[in-house]
Amino acid sequence: MAEPNKRRVTLKVLGATLGASAFAYAMAPVRKWAAGLSVDQFLQRHYRELTKEELAPILRRLEAKAKAEYGRDVVIRDPDPLLGVQFGYALNLSVCIGCRKCVEACHIENNHDRATNNSYIRVLEMEQGSFDMERGDATYEHAVPAPGKYYLPVQCQQCDNAPCVTVCPVQATWKEPDGIVVVDYDWCIGCRYCEAACPYHARRFNWQKPEIPAEQLNPDQGYLSNRVRPQGVVEKCHFCLHRTREGRNPACLDACPTGARVFGDLADPSSDIRWVLENRRVYVLKEELGTQPRFFYFFEK
Amino acid sequence: MIRIMASARSPAHRAGVQSHLVTLLLATFVVGCNRPQQPRRYGPAPSASVFPVTIHQPPRLVSIETGGVDARGEPQRAPCVTCHSMREKTTVPTSTTEMREFHVGMTFSHGGLTCASCHRGGQPPMLGLADGRSVPTSEAMQLCAQCHGPQYRGYQRSAHGGGRGHWDLSRGPREKNHCVDCHDPHVPKFQPSTPVLPPGDRGVTQRRGSSHG
Repeated sequence: MAEPNKRRVTLKVLGATLGASAFAYAMAPVRKWAAGLSVDQFLQRHYRELTKEELAPILRRLEAKAKAEYGRDVVIRDPDPLLGVQFGYALNLSVCIGCRKCVEACHIENNHDRATNNSYIRVLEMEQGSFDMERGDATYEHAVPAPGKYYLPVQCQQCDNAPCVTVCPVQATWKEPDGIVVVDYDWCIGCRYCEAACPYHARRFNWQKPEIPAEQLNPDQGYLSNRVRPQGVVEKCHFCLHRTREGRNPACLDACPTGARVFGDLADPSSDIRWVLENRRVYVLKEELGTQPRFFYFFEK
Repeated sequence: MIRIMASARSPAHRAGVQSHLVTLLLATFVVGCNRPQQPRRYGPAPSASVFPVTIHQPPRLVSIETGGVDARGEPQRAPCVTCHSMREKTTVPTSTTEMREFHVGMTFSHGGLTCASCHRGGQPPMLGLADGRSVPTSEAMQLCAQCHGPQYRGYQRSAHGGGRGHWDLSRGPREKNHCVDCHDPHVPKFQPSTPVLPPGDRGVTQRRGSSHG
């Protein structure tokens, strides 16, 4: 009786050892990947499941992380949407000169990676008479405005029927009550479905960890907006919600030297943006797709 | 849903205590994942406007380039009052070709306007409206508006001109640009400038490297 039992035990131990080491070997890449991942971070819930009280320590943890990684004291807030406000944006194509000052302002405000000149805005140089944004050129480097061209700045259109939200397999992106489509960077798995689904090329993927010198880091940050994004997640324009939910203009508007940009509350009949929609020739990009953008282009002439 | 199905099936399959444990674990997992969404909180709605909308006042022109350079190589400037406070008022010329000193060689590209279309002589220098009234230079926007009505109407609703500050005037003030902040009154059209910050992301560099141009 003792003999087979001993053999069985030996085999069991051997099998368990082999299995355990094989498992450890198989998990090695995961362990390496998770080296910088704290337990708190791993167990963090979806933004929309968190109460304000639960979110507070997460914000403090992210602030400490930013301080450790970028060497600057930052404040990460989570401003609430304003009651009854529906944000909208309009852009005057008659006066835009394609100077890319808005691109630069976005780059600085939203803590984009310095090396790649990343920004949520892409200004397309278009042939006059053409409306096909796929033929636009974003890489022009000659003096602007060039003869025969007009300029079409494209950023997130904050669609009411947003394809990027529909395709997200983990609901890491959604539409806020004030109309802004946001991303929970800590919930995004980086599958880039949304990037493929967006007809406006408005989403960006963080291929690398953003590199920003400490003195250039914008310390005024929001959880759903301009805090430094981790590597491997998708990001997008959020109408500078850490500014606009406090009544301020988006950074791209303040930077525009031609006054081409109009931002405001679509729900307020006396707002400037409502005046534009009611009194100017207005169109939306790729209207035929039914995305129902909240970003409007208009002409003065 | 899964929990109910699992617990209903377990006795039927007579799987014993072990499957009950699995069910319990599964139930915990399912309940944990379906934690309800928190109700959305809102900030206060915008109320009546309490903050002002101001118009940026460009710095007053008090000197003019003489055409020469000083010892440091910087353009020499002469104060306006050097001439305008002492000389007798004469008629305002039609163009700078009539000038013998100062304002010589200035270029204009503003429709068919002449100097006298806007400028009145005298001290302090005034601007003349089409109805004959004179206004100080600080009121230049009235002068612009009499020809550029559509732009001025857009300007009044922030659809032209731009500015800085707050979209919500119950939370903070706004400052709008003055006409001459953006447009040189003598050459009002935007002059070509070099764009900043060209894109440098993967897509762009790949496209630049390809033969498709």
